[in-house]
Amino acid sequence: MTGIAVLHQPLGLVAPAQAQGPAPTATMRGGSNNYRPNAPLVERLGRGFLVSGLVLQAGSSRPLPGVRVQIWAATTLGGEREPRNHGSVVTAADGSFRLEMEQIVPNFGQPHAHLAYDDGTFQTVFLRPVMSSPKDTSIRADFVLARA
Amino acid sequence: MAGPRSRSLAILVWLALAGVTLGPIALAAASPYLAYRNPAYIIGGFAGIICLALMLVQPLLAAGYLPGIGSLRGRGWHRWLGYALLLGAVLHVGELFVTSPPDTLDALLLVAPTSFSVYGVIAFWCLVATALLVAVRRRIRPVLWWHLHNGLALILALATVIHALQIDGAMELFSKAVLCIAVLVASWVALFDLRVRRPLRLWRSRRMRRETRGAGPP
Repeated sequence: MTGIAVLHQPLGLVAPAQAQGPAPTATMRGGSNNYRPNAPLVERLGRGFLVSGLVLQAGSSRPLPGVRVQIWAATTLGGEREPRNHGSVVTAADGSFRLEMEQIVPNFGQPHAHLAYDDGTFQTVFLRPVMSSPKDTSIRADFVLARA
Repeated sequence: MAGPRSRSLAILVWLALAGVTLGPIALAAASPYLAYRNPAYIIGGFAGIICLALMLVQPLLAAGYLPGIGSLRGRGWHRWLGYALLLGAVLHVGELFVTSPPDTLDALLLVAPTSFSVYGVIAFWCLVATALLVAVRRRIRPVLWWHLHNGLALILALATVIHALQIDGAMELFSKAVLCIAVLVASWVALFDLRVRRPLRLWRSRRMRRETRGAGPP
């Protein structure tokens, strides 16, 4: 055990400088399940549940405005394949996006949402954030996108 | 079984079994989530819940714990419920596939983001292996067959319980936990009783008989 302790480096001294900015967000397992490409742009999909987040560019951390984010989930309207549960929103000047929808309900064992960036300028990313409780009324997921 | 005391005990056992198995099913049937699901998802989900409940009955039948059901009849029922379990598991996976093919394929290929999927898949293949084992029963020595069957049953019970407990779904949490604990306890008690306690008692009584015969008057 002492040998292992000696091998440990003082991490603060060897960590690289953070000049590179945040790393690109990786696609999550199962993130693209029940994806329907080109979900229509919507004002809202319902009421009571808020999906929100921020879209940044990898490296520079610059907010990305005008980026389309596609969102879908199982809600009180039906499952993930229900067309009324699919919609797209576009990020604002500060890179933020938000979509109000019906309450998300547990689907296949977990209450979760799906979000996608799939428009070509940047590398495609599919997210599948899980709510800490099915009673939650909001969920947040951020994208850090890398150039395609 | 004739006395009033044993009869009331029998009624108590059956009532407890009915409560522990049917209670969670009834509470799941009252879940508000069902209103948001399609028929395939509901059927698939309940097939799984009913399988979990049957897995409490299985060891009780095998060990002859259920009053009013003889050992032979109990084993007959055990076999039929085994087929029902297999059918239920196939229905569970099949209807979930109809509901969401990508989620079900991810689970079967062990790449799902949910850890409970792995336990569900383990349980499913344990059931399939048990069915194959039943099919070749006559070609395997009984003792080896018991060990294989019991080993598979224990893994099946444990994997199913972990699978069920990790799922956030239609089942009510308390009744689900009670059923899961009951499944594990029944499996272990029946196994210990059938494979350790009873053989040991048989061995002791045989030895005692031999000794008394040997020590008897010439």
